[in-house]
Amino acid sequence: MTGVHLTVLLSTGAAVAAVVELLRRRHLREKYAVVWLAVCLPMIVFAIAPNLFNRLAHAIGVINPPDLLTVLACLFLLVVCVYMSWELGRLEDRTRRLAEEVALLRRDVGAGH
Amino acid sequence: MTDRRRVLVVVPAWNEAGAIASVLDEIASALPAADVLVVDDFSSDATAAIARATGVDVISNIFNLGVGGAMRVGFRYGADRGYDALVQIDADGQHDPASVPALLEALDSSPGPAVVIGARFDSSEDYPVPRARRWAMRLLAAYLSRLTGCRLTDATSGLRAYNRDAIALFARTYPADYLSDTVESLIIASEAGARISQLSTVMRPRIAGTPSQSRPRALLYLSRVALMLFLQAIRPRRPALPSPAPTNPRPIIEEKP
Repeated sequence: MTGVHLTVLLSTGAAVAAVVELLRRRHLREKYAVVWLAVCLPMIVFAIAPNLFNRLAHAIGVINPPDLLTVLACLFLLVVCVYMSWELGRLEDRTRRLAEEVALLRRDVGAGH
Repeated sequence: MTDRRRVLVVVPAWNEAGAIASVLDEIASALPAADVLVVDDFSSDATAAIARATGVDVISNIFNLGVGGAMRVGFRYGADRGYDALVQIDADGQHDPASVPALLEALDSSPGPAVVIGARFDSSEDYPVPRARRWAMRLLAAYLSRLTGCRLTDATSGLRAYNRDAIALFARTYPADYLSDTVESLIIASEAGARISQLSTVMRPRIAGTPSQSRPRALLYLSRVALMLFLQAIRPRRPALPSPAPTNPRPIIEEKP
């Protein structure tokens, strides 16, 4: 294990600890925590057994294994961004409907004149 | 029975137009003195209209909140209007309202939250449930039995009775997360020191609609439960209910005729 792998292992471990602590304090919803934990686990495995990752990279035709890591990371972040956009749109829609509903109700109860 | 408690029956309903009328009919004949609230969780069918036509109170969510979210609405309604007991019954007809009086009789009304669960498989092993799921549910029930100090065989049953303090507790804390409300609510209740008990009731197949638990969903559900139990083990306890239970409910706006 080289310094790089140790660094990856330690930082991933720190990330897992941070996510679990946020969960414990109820600051992070479980459905989002699961996504981050799902990324951290393979990272830990690959930091402990780098050869596994190198073999995986070569098996799918990637000459320089770190390239595969970069591509996968970009893809993952892209998916997260798209998902967040979708979730944000849904929340905007719900907030708007709530605002409409409250405005109509305020009119019905005679408030806000 | 000289029961003078004011009872609210909450029926969370999502697209149950085929079953809701007969369920409400059965509730009315089993519990003539109880008030009934249908929480229509943004159904796309005629569920709300059918329920309204029977004369019960109906709240329609302005978007889908899930069973847990719908029950939160029911608990807040019950807490605001000062009900002594709240009964939760599924709208799909799988619970027999005739078993509710027994649940209410078993419900302890003295101070402190209390929950009575109407369990399913205890007396009716003939109800078809996939073996793997039944196994998982038994395992879960064993864990929850240890946690709650009451022998539970069916922790995911949606047929329950709550006393006044349990209504106040769940008006603040009932879990709204997808697929986990029944189990997580028991964890919350036991952390709050609630008296939890179980009564065997007969469950019937659904009258209409499709079951909300397919195989992948059952798997998802089990992983959620596993995570929930892990979190329960590492999380600090929630602060106890402010005592006494809220005595000045928000003013109730009278409905326009």
